[in-house]
Amino acid sequence: MRTRTLELTVGLFILVGILALLVLALRVSGLSISPGNDTYKIHAHFDNIAGLTPRAKVTMAGVTIGQVTAIEFDKSRYTARVEMAIDGNVNTLPSDSAASILTAGLLGEKYVGISVGGEDSMLKDGDRIVDTQSALVLEELIGRFLLSTVSKED
Amino acid sequence: MKTLSDRIALMGASGLDVVAALGRSGVFLFHALLGRSNFGSGWNLFVKQLYAVGVLSLAIIIVSGLFIGMVLALQGYNILSTYGSEQAVGQMVALTLLRELGPVVTALLFAGRAGSALTAEIGLMKATEQLSGLEMIGVDPLKYVIAPRLWAGFVSMPLLAMIFCVVGIWGGAMVAVDWLGVYAGSYWSNMQNSVEFGSDIINGLIKAVAFAFVVTWIAVFQGYDCEPTSEGISRATTRTVVYASLAVLGLDFILTALMF
Repeated sequence: MRTRTLELTVGLFILVGILALLVLALRVSGLSISPGNDTYKIHAHFDNIAGLTPRAKVTMAGVTIGQVTAIEFDKSRYTARVEMAIDGNVNTLPSDSAASILTAGLLGEKYVGISVGGEDSMLKDGDRIVDTQSALVLEELIGRFLLSTVSKED
Repeated sequence: MKTLSDRIALMGASGLDVVAALGRSGVFLFHALLGRSNFGSGWNLFVKQLYAVGVLSLAIIIVSGLFIGMVLALQGYNILSTYGSEQAVGQMVALTLLRELGPVVTALLFAGRAGSALTAEIGLMKATEQLSGLEMIGVDPLKYVIAPRLWAGFVSMPLLAMIFCVVGIWGGAMVAVDWLGVYAGSYWSNMQNSVEFGSDIINGLIKAVAFAFVVTWIAVFQGYDCEPTSEGISRATTRTVVYASLAVLGLDFILTALMF
């Protein structure tokens, strides 16, 4: 009987350990059990991504509908090519939708916001979002503001 | 009065001793882990050691994990709130625990709690000639005494590290969300955005496995190799804790440099 309780406690210990790993995977890293369940890829070219990173959120109306999978420099256009995986359920994005890089809060993370277009045809796998708006760079904004105040004084 | 050449000879001798000890421990590990193992009775021994090494260490791991997570959240909140970004406290707690503190503190506690016990137990077995007795009746002490303890250490420490991380993150959530009033949604979602399964959790797990290997190896070898006197056992136990802690901290730096 003594060995039985011993085995039970040890088994419980191993179970708790494995459960801990599972909790870390699902709750802490946000890993979904079936990764890559039908998403489709679209891409967009931005003049300046200013701190957007892979795995950043892609949102529409504030709801996350996908994530950024890759960012690379397009040397022929001198722009940043951002590739996004969009949730397969969200397959009704008009092809003239616009993508812009936004910031959560003043100093928060960067994410891609998609605003809906009016075209009848929909974005498909491998399509490109043409209408893009770059990230707001705070230094540029301040520079422009200073310039306008100086020119007003003149 | 020693001459210079005597001193040099002494240095050389101690250097050779270190190399010889390293070689002995390598051969020892090889013999204990490889070769024919006797399953059946071996399994029972393994379970018994898993209880002694793993289950009995649970209390200290859970309590220290809880407090370390709580302190991290408290300190992180104080600093981050100066910049108005106290939502980031979740990701700070999680990344610190998963990448560094989880495996390292677990390994240090494990060396102190389980490693010293292993050394003392095996040392006493050697001092009271139980190991020679086993050999006399035709049982290989490496298989019967050493191998189950090694395997129990290898298996239980990574599990303990994972439990440590979970408890720590939960403790951090308790302080940050319930006490300091960070919004629960941003605590968890910031964490999920910044923690990556492959590069953070799996790397932390790899660290824990490496530390488990080193700590258990040192502990069991020090016991097996100790001088069979009461003084020798006490010295071997001290050496286990010191060597294992230093090895863990040094190895952590190397692994961090390689991984992140």
